[in-house]
Amino acid sequence: MKARRRKKLAGTKSGRQSASPGSGSDLAAQLRRVAAGGVRVVDLTQTLSPDFPPIVLPPEMGQCRPFRMETISRYDDSGPGWYWSNLSFGEHTGTHFDAPIHWISGRDRPNNALDTLPSEHFMAPACVIDASAQARADADFLLTVDHIKAWERRHGRIPAGAWVLMRTDWSKRSDPVAYQNLDETGQHTPGPDPDCVRFLVRERDVLGFGTETIGTDAGQAAHFAPPYPCHYYMHGAGKYGLQCLCNLDRLPPTGALVVAAPLKILEGSGSPLRVFALVPEPAAAR
Amino acid sequence: MAEPSQRPKRKNPIIRTQQPTLPPPARSRVALGLTAAAARGRLELQVCQDCGAVQYPPREVCRNCLSHRLVWRPQDGRGELLTETVLRAAQELFFRERLPWRVGMVRLDAGANVVAYLHDNVGPAPCRVRVEAALDRAGQAVLVAVPENGRPLLSDDPKLREMTCDPRLRKILVTDGKSALGQATVRALAAAGADLIWVGQAEPWKRVAGFETLLALPQASVVPLDLTDGRSVRELAGEIGGKVDIVVNTADCHRTFGIAARRGVETAQLEMDVNYFGLLRLAQEFAPALKARAADGAASAIAWVNVLSIFALASYPAHGTYSASKAAALSLSQTLRAELRPAGVRMINLFPGPIDDEWDQLELPPKLSPGAVASAIVEALKGSVEDVYPGDVAQDWLARHLDNSKALERELAEGSR
Amino acid sequence: MARAAYDDVVLAVPVTVPYVRYSIRGAHWFLGRALAQLLAAAKIPKARVDGLAVASFTLAPDTAVGLTQHLGVTVRWLDHVPMGGASGIVSIRRAARAVQSGDAEIVACIAGDTNHTDSFRRNTATFSQFAQDAVYPYGSGGPNASFAFLTAYYMRTYGARRDDFGKLCVAQRNNALKNPVALFKKELTLDRYLNARLIADPLRLFDCVMPCAGAEAFLVMQRQTAERFDLRYARLLGAIERHNAFPDDPVQYRGGWAFDCDELYRQSGIGPQDIDFLEAYDDYPVINVLQFEDLGFCAKGNGPDFIRANTFETDGTFPLNTSGGQLSVGQAGAAGGHLGIVEALRQLTGQTLGARVTGARHGLASGFGMINYDRGLCSGAVVLAAA
Repeated sequence: MKARRRKKLAGTKSGRQSASPGSGSDLAAQLRRVAAGGVRVVDLTQTLSPDFPPIVLPPEMGQCRPFRMETISRYDDSGPGWYWSNLSFGEHTGTHFDAPIHWISGRDRPNNALDTLPSEHFMAPACVIDASAQARADADFLLTVDHIKAWERRHGRIPAGAWVLMRTDWSKRSDPVAYQNLDETGQHTPGPDPDCVRFLVRERDVLGFGTETIGTDAGQAAHFAPPYPCHYYMHGAGKYGLQCLCNLDRLPPTGALVVAAPLKILEGSGSPLRVFALVPEPAAAR
Repeated sequence: MAEPSQRPKRKNPIIRTQQPTLPPPARSRVALGLTAAAARGRLELQVCQDCGAVQYPPREVCRNCLSHRLVWRPQDGRGELLTETVLRAAQELFFRERLPWRVGMVRLDAGANVVAYLHDNVGPAPCRVRVEAALDRAGQAVLVAVPENGRPLLSDDPKLREMTCDPRLRKILVTDGKSALGQATVRALAAAGADLIWVGQAEPWKRVAGFETLLALPQASVVPLDLTDGRSVRELAGEIGGKVDIVVNTADCHRTFGIAARRGVETAQLEMDVNYFGLLRLAQEFAPALKARAADGAASAIAWVNVLSIFALASYPAHGTYSASKAAALSLSQTLRAELRPAGVRMINLFPGPIDDEWDQLELPPKLSPGAVASAIVEALKGSVEDVYPGDVAQDWLARHLDNSKALERELAEGSR
Repeated sequence: MARAAYDDVVLAVPVTVPYVRYSIRGAHWFLGRALAQLLAAAKIPKARVDGLAVASFTLAPDTAVGLTQHLGVTVRWLDHVPMGGASGIVSIRRAARAVQSGDAEIVACIAGDTNHTDSFRRNTATFSQFAQDAVYPYGSGGPNASFAFLTAYYMRTYGARRDDFGKLCVAQRNNALKNPVALFKKELTLDRYLNARLIADPLRLFDCVMPCAGAEAFLVMQRQTAERFDLRYARLLGAIERHNAFPDDPVQYRGGWAFDCDELYRQSGIGPQDIDFLEAYDDYPVINVLQFEDLGFCAKGNGPDFIRANTFETDGTFPLNTSGGQLSVGQAGAAGGHLGIVEALRQLTGQTLGARVTGARHGLASGFGMINYDRGLCSGAVVLAAA
């Protein structure tokens, strides 16, 4: 009962956003504006390559596959006129989407796998919170409720059904060692603290949380209460995650429309995907 | 007089690279008994179980009593050098390129005549000598006479040096130089006089104790190498393949699961991707480069070393999927040996027992320290062998396997749930 | 049991197919020419030859069997003799009993080989299983390596010097200079011999034969048959052979002849002092010396003294290899062991190509062959007498 009402609310709210699709005429207008160059397309996706660092778990656990390509043929005797490859990767390799079924707290949620997600969730407005200065100063920086409220004082309340994207400029760390930032005590990357996550889920009913780092949770989140609070609360509430995003510094704090459509995998927990944002150009810049 | 090798001069780049040739590779099947023992560094000859006569050259039946019950037995090789010559002309290209050759005929105390290469340190006939078995560049057993007392190195004789793969003054790739075994291997090769050691690492973001100080060695040069990534292997081969003299494949993924202890194949796939497919990728990219330089003067490509495991020979059920991946690697390595052979590049397999690391933590001693395995690698390269079983456990399992492999299978299965 | 005598067994019609260094022909060509020359010289039709003994290294994939169809001969007695330089002697021993018993009337004994630029290497590489397994991999020296071992050992043990061997080689060259068929035409001085290029210490260039293409042949029959066809002949007095003799000698310092030497002279009814010339198997000079000793001409180890006390030209005190021997004529493969027999036959029937040993009544031809591993396994010898 509760779940159904939530879904309906999200659908209703998303219709009230100025830059999001609602009625058919709004949609057509949007597409005309894109064609006319009035909307900038910003690619938020890292290139899927074997060099991109995968998430590393303790060796006793099962590991997520890094991205690998095995060339089938490349205009050679395995295939003279064509070039193609077989790929292997984990569901959570590279820039990827997390579905609620990914976490134990979300395993019984309805429509919680990639093949059952409501497709209207593939497009949603984004609120981009700039924590780049803080993350540069402290790799273990945690986003708090205070940070959220400070952002809202400047940019307005975070609407229900929106993505909250934490900009840290972490994607600019092109050296995999710096990107992973591991030492003897584990990984040190920024993320949200448990209170912040609970707030976004319970008080703002967001669509999901997105980061530039390798996880939606901070690198040291195994030690939080509960461990991995972003995964725990978001997925537990049927919400989503986006990881390894880039170019968040090219998005406005509000107004961007994020398109994130993961692969339709049977009982999928997540997938690499092409995620991009549509950003309306200010009239003056055209 | 024998002298140790000198650092080779830089190669003249506009002269065509010398092509590899081989000594005569043909042997009858019965003669391959000599090769089987030489592969493990031993001299063995056939002995008749009925009359005790020692046979050489190898035969199908006893030359004394015609018994067919001939068995290969280790020999100490002591004997008398009766006569010798120095060959100044040879019909095969390999020998023509390396004239002259000193060979002699030795009468073994055990009672057979053998033709053997004479180490430079052996005096003129007649004199006492000791005969050893070595592998020539065709991978076949040959006999070498050295002075009866003292153990001169094959690598001190400029002709016989080619029967070894001495790491001295050579450029060596250690595929995983970051693991405990890898680090020990790099250090041991540096101590053995290697000129340059490329230290491969797959996951640069992982901090491992000792690695920073290892990279401070003047010979060490860290390179990215992930055997699960074909692109990584290809790019490194493109960059250094034409310079590598010896590949030492230390990369290993070791987990401790049988079948029932783990759900799904993900862990087993990871083991296979490093231990088996990793070897395949590495061989596809580096073997051609080594073969092309197998006769490239004094700084030629000479050897390929795989660190397998005694589990490759007989599966250890507690580490069952790991054993299978090492068995797959062993099988593939035999193909690699066959493909390297026409160029005379030697492929050496090591089969250590449990190593004193995190994955064999629960194995009872005796366990091998990484340093002991590294020493075994260096010794194998300096000697003239291709199958090495370092440590007590490896020797024990090998003996049991050769004696009755089905019994060993049962013994290893005891304690499985 | 005493061996049966060779009553009325004779050899006739000495034939040489001239040697060439290299030939594009196959062995069948040289063997076929040898048979043709035998028939032409003997004026015998091909159909009258009812026995054939063949020796060749390069006839493969054929043996004597293939040759019968190749040459169009129908025989009731056939032997392929794979004993290298002893094949000629062994052919005589086989053919003699065949014609004595009536199993064959006229046996053609032919030996010949072609020689291509790679023949020697290929033949040596696959010479025997023991050579493949235990000798060839050690420098691919072939027989040169094995005989270098023997020569070095003999020199050290018995005090032979290089100029002792040189004396034999120079004498044989002098004999060859009178032989129009010999491949070597230039005089050999002792100085040139001693300073020639090293092959396998202590062997130098002129210690080694030159492999070439060619053939040698003769007929074996009963005396009555030879007379019916008006052929000059030599009588077979005695013949021995021995294989894998003295296997426990650490190094081969004596050949199989030592085993049966007394039997040879007993059967022949003469002694070494009655021999007027020796056609020894001379693949290397040291083997000549072994034959001096093992065929009763001097004691074991006295070879050097024997050499120093004699001269070996056709007009010398001990005529040796009167046509030049293999060392100066050339070694046409398996024909090397027939060369001495054919020359002995020429000397005893007055049909020499080169110089003649005057008043020769008895000759000894010796064969040796097949270094299988570390020693020559086959040996044999025949004593021939003028008619």
